[in-house]
Amino acid sequence: MLALLGENGAGKTTLMNMLFGHYMPDAGNVEVVDQQGQLVPLALGHPQAALAAGIGMVHQHFTLAENLNALDNIVLGSESLRLFKRNRSGARRKIEGIMEHTGLNVQLDVPVGRLSVGERQRVEILKALYRDVRILVLDEPTAVLTPQEADTLFEKIGAMTREGLSVIFISHKLREVLAFSQRIAVLRHGVKVGEIATKDADERAIARMMVGADTPKIPREDMAAGDDVLQLKDVSIVGRAKRDSITHLDLSVRRHEIVGVAGVSGNGQSALAALISGLVAPTSGTVAIDDAPVSMFAPQNMVQQGIGRIPEDRHHNGIVGDMSVAENMVIERLGDPQIQSRGLLKQDAITANAQRLASEYDVRGPGVHARARLLSGGNIQKMILARVFEQDPKLILANQPTRGLDMGAAAEVARRLLEARARGAGVVLISDDLDEILSLADRIFVIHDGQLVAAESRDREEIGLMMAGQVA
Amino acid sequence: MMDILQILFSESFWAASLRIATPLIFGVLGALLCEKSGVLNLGIEGIFVAGAMAGWMAVWLGLGLWGGVIVAACAGAFFGLVHAILTVPLGLSQHVSGLGITMFATSVSYFTYRTALPNVSSPPRIEPFQALDIPLLSDLPFFGTVLFQQTALTWLALLMVIVVWYVLYRTPLGMAIQAVGDNPDSVDAQGLSVYGLRIGAVMAGSALMALGGAFLTMSAFDAFFFGMVNGRGWICIALVIFASWRPGKALLGALLFGAFDALQVRLQTEVGALVPGQVFLMAPYILSIIALMIAARRADYPRALLTPWFKGQR
Repeated sequence: MLALLGENGAGKTTLMNMLFGHYMPDAGNVEVVDQQGQLVPLALGHPQAALAAGIGMVHQHFTLAENLNALDNIVLGSESLRLFKRNRSGARRKIEGIMEHTGLNVQLDVPVGRLSVGERQRVEILKALYRDVRILVLDEPTAVLTPQEADTLFEKIGAMTREGLSVIFISHKLREVLAFSQRIAVLRHGVKVGEIATKDADERAIARMMVGADTPKIPREDMAAGDDVLQLKDVSIVGRAKRDSITHLDLSVRRHEIVGVAGVSGNGQSALAALISGLVAPTSGTVAIDDAPVSMFAPQNMVQQGIGRIPEDRHHNGIVGDMSVAENMVIERLGDPQIQSRGLLKQDAITANAQRLASEYDVRGPGVHARARLLSGGNIQKMILARVFEQDPKLILANQPTRGLDMGAAAEVARRLLEARARGAGVVLISDDLDEILSLADRIFVIHDGQLVAAESRDREEIGLMMAGQVA
Repeated sequence: MMDILQILFSESFWAASLRIATPLIFGVLGALLCEKSGVLNLGIEGIFVAGAMAGWMAVWLGLGLWGGVIVAACAGAFFGLVHAILTVPLGLSQHVSGLGITMFATSVSYFTYRTALPNVSSPPRIEPFQALDIPLLSDLPFFGTVLFQQTALTWLALLMVIVVWYVLYRTPLGMAIQAVGDNPDSVDAQGLSVYGLRIGAVMAGSALMALGGAFLTMSAFDAFFFGMVNGRGWICIALVIFASWRPGKALLGALLFGAFDALQVRLQTEVGALVPGQVFLMAPYILSIIALMIAARRADYPRALLTPWFKGQR
């Protein structure tokens, strides 16, 4: 089992997509061992050729047709399209054999759209195994799993490697890389910068290879929490689906503290975030800011109450991509007399504001008048941080603030959140990265199935079980 | 009230419903096939015209009735190919391309007709499909009249419902078409061609639409008129949503619309003195809007509908 490591944008997925034929390399070739044990060149640019050569890939974003059941998804593409009939019984027997042998079980007759994320992951792996692959590529296979699910998955895959399967897996989680791989290759900016046997590796050494330098440890000082800034009492939201709902939720956030909300995504985090952002009103229960109950749930009202929001999907909800960086930086306070007078925008003030914030928060890109969508993910996030922190909010909602960011940008986000805490803000940190929550939060809650439970200890094993809903 | 009941129990009403529904069955099946693969085909209205014109002209030129059917299907497939090339590998807006195909196919058909027949005042007639008279069965009371006095094209339409259903739900090809309409990446990752599947589905669907047009000139009437399609294509687009992208429900929707239309004509003669005729002309459309409002809320859209997919962009 080879682990492929690197920061975001280091080229891991690109490399694997070339191996599987999604991308065409500009130069170079790939050689694969064929059935006879000979190294033969692989026809590039064709997933069909990769599959025929025994290479299977489990993509980071599932490639499943949700309207078909698992059986059809697995068999898709392996039968000739000219056949008048599907051979279902033979396929089912083969898949059931694989499931029994590997312990990767799924319901075969249910539309994939109704399966859980963990099951969909297993369907993806079965898809590859059904094609008798000898090399299995896994692109961030555990991003959507609880720690326990991830460990089980790796144990099963580990058993398959002992029977001759070769596995390449991409991961950000150093812990699982160290626990399960035999060899580690590290990419940085599209170049392989190192390769090391896992038994000789430790976390610091790998991190140094990935970033090219030691990561600075973020200093986090202990601090006495102040008064309540946000109180949620017995709040329920009945959403369209289970994932948009929360039930009987109690939470208070105090000044000078970071409250971490851990959980596998899709367990009600989005409803909680929408509530604090003012996007939805609670179906029942009360919300109070500084002990004053909130009666009007509108985003504008929440901003005026001093809530800063770092949204989960920064590209869609955090910015208006076709407006300039400068405009995006003032978009939450268009009524501010510094920004407008008598309904007309003060362009000079907006530009000056943006230039000051861009240098202060190190927002890099083609300039403050460029369209915001042209910025990289990390710089978009810094732009949002600048917009939020500039208003000196008393409560900050940070929803998955470091998802998809590289280590440098993630460290910057963490530093800014701690800075806001020191200044007296309360922070609600929603994240599916447990390590992030463990390193930043003063108090930890776990959200599962719309219910919020306080974690008694900071033990990752126990929190992981709570994330899976196994402890009440 | 008695009048309506009398109409509903008359053989001629049900026979007319099925006849009016026939072009819609073809059209809605064609639109369904395109949309199942993820491509909206608003060229349908023009493809109806092209099918009506091409089928009629082939017969008029002496190719025979079934020759006309084949020519009409090929004409439809051709316009489907144009639409598919613009929207699938080139990824252009499916709305704009579809409306363009409608205008293009309509104009080309009228142009061809006028060029071939520059100086005729009354459209030349052909010998259309006759009712398929099956001995004994046709003599059955009620069902004999309703079912066994339809033309061969109506039977073909009913057969196509079964064929489309079987292909979509029982063959590997159908699985692939459904998958490409839901998530093209799923098809690509399994080594199948997204472009090939979508282009093929749009061409086949467009050929079916053209047969709906051909029914008008070769079975319902015996000549080609300007404006004879008269919005039937657009009705099919709405019926697909009503049918929730299922062939069986598509048949039901087409029959329902056919029944509304047949009822409307009969009511006009019954109570035409009291209510203006235009009210009855509106009725099928208003009823379909109401039916859509009820059905479309639960509609299960193909998730990748309207979304172009490009190789190498993930």
